[in-house]
Amino acid sequence: MPIHEKSLIRPENIKTHDELVIDGIDVSGHWSTFIESRVISDYNEALQEEISALPGGENIHRCFQCGSCTNSCTVNALNSEFNPRHWIYLIRLGMEEELLRDKDILWQCVSCNKCTYACPRDVAPEGVMKAASHWLELKGHTPKSPSTLFDTVFTDQVMETGLIEESRTIRGFFGLTNQSLTQGWLIEMVKRMIRHLPIEMLMKMGLATILRPKTKNWDAARDAMREYTAEQHALHAKALKLDQVTPKENN
Amino acid sequence: MSDEREKYKNVAYYPGCALEGTGHAYNKSTKAIGKALDLGLEEVKNWNCCGAMEVKNIDPKLQTYLSSRVMSIASNEMDHDVVMAPCNGCYHNLKKAEYELENDQEAVEVVDQISNKAGHETYKAGEIETIHALDWIKKAVGEEELEKKIKGGLKGLKVANYYGCMYTRPRNIYPEKDQGEGSESTLKPHYMDDLLAVAGADNVEFPLKTACCGGAHTLSDSDTSTKLVLNILMAAEASGAEVIATECPTCHTGLEMHQIRAEKMFGKKTNVKIVYFTQLLGMALGLSKRKVGLQENISDSYALMKEKGIA
Ligand code: SF4
Ligand code: SF4
Ligand code: SF4
Repeated sequence: MPIHEKSLIRPENIKTHDELVIDGIDVSGHWSTFIESRVISDYNEALQEEISALPGGENIHRCFQCGSCTNSCTVNALNSEFNPRHWIYLIRLGMEEELLRDKDILWQCVSCNKCTYACPRDVAPEGVMKAASHWLELKGHTPKSPSTLFDTVFTDQVMETGLIEESRTIRGFFGLTNQSLTQGWLIEMVKRMIRHLPIEMLMKMGLATILRPKTKNWDAARDAMREYTAEQHALHAKALKLDQVTPKENN
Repeated sequence: MSDEREKYKNVAYYPGCALEGTGHAYNKSTKAIGKALDLGLEEVKNWNCCGAMEVKNIDPKLQTYLSSRVMSIASNEMDHDVVMAPCNGCYHNLKKAEYELENDQEAVEVVDQISNKAGHETYKAGEIETIHALDWIKKAVGEEELEKKIKGGLKGLKVANYYGCMYTRPRNIYPEKDQGEGSESTLKPHYMDDLLAVAGADNVEFPLKTACCGGAHTLSDSDTSTKLVLNILMAAEASGAEVIATECPTCHTGLEMHQIRAEKMFGKKTNVKIVYFTQLLGMALGLSKRKVGLQENISDSYALMKEKGIA
């Protein structure tokens, strides 16, 4: 379906009459199909500006709608509703209502950068997907996605200790998203993992979770990064006029 | 021996977080082949995480800083010209930081500001060259020399070479790729194919070399990752591969983990084995299975290697 007409030809906009006779001619059923006329008056003129104020969205204005991003997109191949070109089009026009229809799948971009590789206009659509997902969250249209939650647990750990200790990140994330650590496939994986492993290695992996590795003399770096992130958050909040919205709570 | 080779013989080594955890076998086998090939690896002192794929989603410039600190230590404190990162994520991030610091004044300022506060020298673009483990073997040894050192070899093992996303994309951070003969291709990478061919592998024609495994959402959107991995596994089997060779701990673990998940959750069983290219190269160089950490892989390739008479 051509994306520009997508919103027009949704089932609720298509009208047919089971029985209709015009000037003595029977046009019942599909003969009388027409698309309801529509007037768009709810443009959000600030939409492009706000999304381009978030990291990754900077070059959205360069898009000339060639469609290479969607054509190459990994997630689009699994779900045709996942359509970077369409969303960029909507953002540029300020069609917020239309964009919100897809708010629950937009975060599913896997950052494979196939779109960025293919884009002839250096839009970096992968970045736009991230900026748009953050915009949805910051504006309170969606709760934080599992992806954002994971990024946050991960980034906090890096900022705190300088390093990632995987089992701690995974435990933190599973805790936050109420996932069980004893799901069948996970247990199967661990079983296969330890099949050939010597006991010392297992001990070491266990110990690592207790010893909590840390980069030395990291405190100053941590503070500097925290300071920088706080500044950035304040800037984003200002660009998005966030004092006027309340973000949605998780769960 | 040319100076060019000499430059890559002793390099700074940035294993990254994954190689201390799930990617331990990659770390082990990388060091083992370094030793077998007389190459020097000096681990970056007191290194930090590069931010993987996650920190950039919180703020890209934080990731630029994290990577720049690693490069700063390797170049300013350890006096290295080259830093080698075997993980695609680390390699990609260091390259990306290099690109940003070369081209974005704002990134330069943020990095300078955080580095000053953190109390170390600010990294400046051009001070060090970041390479992948594949570049390392290619540049420090090369196919000709490698061939002389192969003992036993891979005996025609059918291999699908899987490079993943971050090794070639986005293109702008890899200015040295796509530069004609001898350089790596971003569309159809071949460095791993080249090395394993010399080691005696029979590389299959594999169309999904740079497909994505969904590594970014391996835990946050597991069904998507499982579907993407299943595509890769089935394409490898359809191409006739017995083994998928990997060059990234995230890809590697993702393939292993979702191979099981596809079997348990979707009832789709695949048999292709997943092995790090460094493990394959190590065994071809005559190292034992244990020396290259084959026992640590979740995907069990012991029987296959035995049947083939490898290592
Ligand atoms: S590939 Fe680039 S220019 Fe083309 S539609 Fe996508 S974002 Fe726009
Ligand atoms: S980075 Fe995201 S939007 Fe771009 S091709 Fe990959 S999944 Fe699609
Ligand atoms: S294929 Fe998957 S793990 Fe590998 S680089 Fe891409 S996202 Fe990362």
